[in-house]
Amino acid sequence: MDKLQLDQHISKQFNEDLEDIKTSMLEMGGLVEKQVGDAIKALEDADSGLAERVIEVESRIDDMEMDIDETCTTLIARRQPAASDLRLVMAVTKTIRDLERIGDEAQKVAKMAIKLSEEGVAPRGYTEVRHIGNCVRKMLNDSLDAFSRFDAEAAIATMKEDRQVDMDYKSALREMITYMMEDPRSISRSMNILWALKSLERVGDHAKNICEQVVYLVQGRDIRRKKQS
Amino acid sequence: MTNVPEPLLKRGVTAMDNVQYPDQAVGEPFANDHKMSLRNVNVFYGDKQAIFDVNIDIARNEVIAMIGPSGCGKSTLLRSINRMNDTVEGCVVSGELTLDGEDIYTTKMDPVALRARVGMVFQKPNPFPKTIYDNVAYGPRLHGLASRRAELDEIVETSLTRAGLWNEVKDRLDQPGTGLSGGQQQRLCIARAIAISPEMILMDEPCSSLDPIATAKIEELIAELSQNYTIAIVTHSMQQAARVSHRTAYFHLGHLIEVNETEKVFTAPEHELTEAYITGRFG
Repeated sequence: MDKLQLDQHISKQFNEDLEDIKTSMLEMGGLVEKQVGDAIKALEDADSGLAERVIEVESRIDDMEMDIDETCTTLIARRQPAASDLRLVMAVTKTIRDLERIGDEAQKVAKMAIKLSEEGVAPRGYTEVRHIGNCVRKMLNDSLDAFSRFDAEAAIATMKEDRQVDMDYKSALREMITYMMEDPRSISRSMNILWALKSLERVGDHAKNICEQVVYLVQGRDIRRKKQS
Repeated sequence: MTNVPEPLLKRGVTAMDNVQYPDQAVGEPFANDHKMSLRNVNVFYGDKQAIFDVNIDIARNEVIAMIGPSGCGKSTLLRSINRMNDTVEGCVVSGELTLDGEDIYTTKMDPVALRARVGMVFQKPNPFPKTIYDNVAYGPRLHGLASRRAELDEIVETSLTRAGLWNEVKDRLDQPGTGLSGGQQQRLCIARAIAISPEMILMDEPCSSLDPIATAKIEELIAELSQNYTIAIVTHSMQQAARVSHRTAYFHLGHLIEVNETEKVFTAPEHELTEAYITGRFG
């Protein structure tokens, strides 16, 4: 089926329930995207106020995850969804878990931003943060977009970007190590940047997981841990 | 390819108006080691065609569930498998239906002998107005399966044990079968069906008049029986089909649309009509 036709059930309530979990998930996704963006900005600008706000918002994301999870459990108990409905519910429960973890990573980046604002800026690494940050933000945005449009092709295309992110991360890592060897006094500050880079790289992994769920949702294929050509 | 007929659209299948029936059922309708094989089967009630060109195998010792909306022909097809439709006036079955390679619609085939090999359990429990013992012993007596009383006793005990009823009724075998609860009556009917050592058991909505506990017992029984028998079950409960069967066949207005592993049908069906039905998108 090209479209999932969520609004075609005999039961209008069922239509609404399914639409609800999808909408709530996308809402959560929107908030998580903003968190990642804010955390990167806080790091770049050494803005500890913004970083504090990111840390505060994180608990709201946790609450959203629990709420949506509970709604999904209730929906399974009451409706016993099958086929594409079942796949939607399963995809949503797995996606919100990845979103919650992305939220955690954003929080980690925000914490590094606070540390850097206290200890003084790092000598290098901001270009890498900006570059990898932009890549994973785009991946996250595209993965949620693919979910909302039930677009498996777009999801597969987005997944492939993760390989580039991993490569960029590795090369950033090498560069940071070189700097640290050149100037051992900057190690502590450089490490903060490294942790932030690691978190951003993880955001890419989670966005890739979301894409895998989109493919499962639309095509019924489980492509996790399968090499993409 | 046939277009979905008008009446279905009028029942609210607006999203389905471009759906076409597959020429052949999608999925895996065929099996290598098949007990029953149906080829180009058409069933008519007078002028009205109830089954259109069905091709399917039922594998040995599998439980196959047949699902579909009311009037889709699943019961009609089930009843063709042991020639129960012979008794329906104006009913004509064409095509090839073979049991272990043997055509069941030739004049050589005795329908009574066939029904001993392919037993049936109906929607409503229908024990004979006889004692529990005689209900089970009736078939073996009729078919001369026991020469001595002791042998008959053994068949009755084994059948009731296999049907999971022995412990509940062993002290009152001389009481009328109709005095049992609904679930017990249904298990009595299953014991009656297996008393004549059939090769295949057909079940036509066997749990639709039972409570969840009695239903669970029958489903448990189906799982056990499938070790020795081939079972085809028609059910309106999709959860039941999902629970008990190995493969599921979806019928739609007399057409076999899809046959697949049950797991696949309920998570990622191939045909959109199957999808629409099991997700409750039309009725």
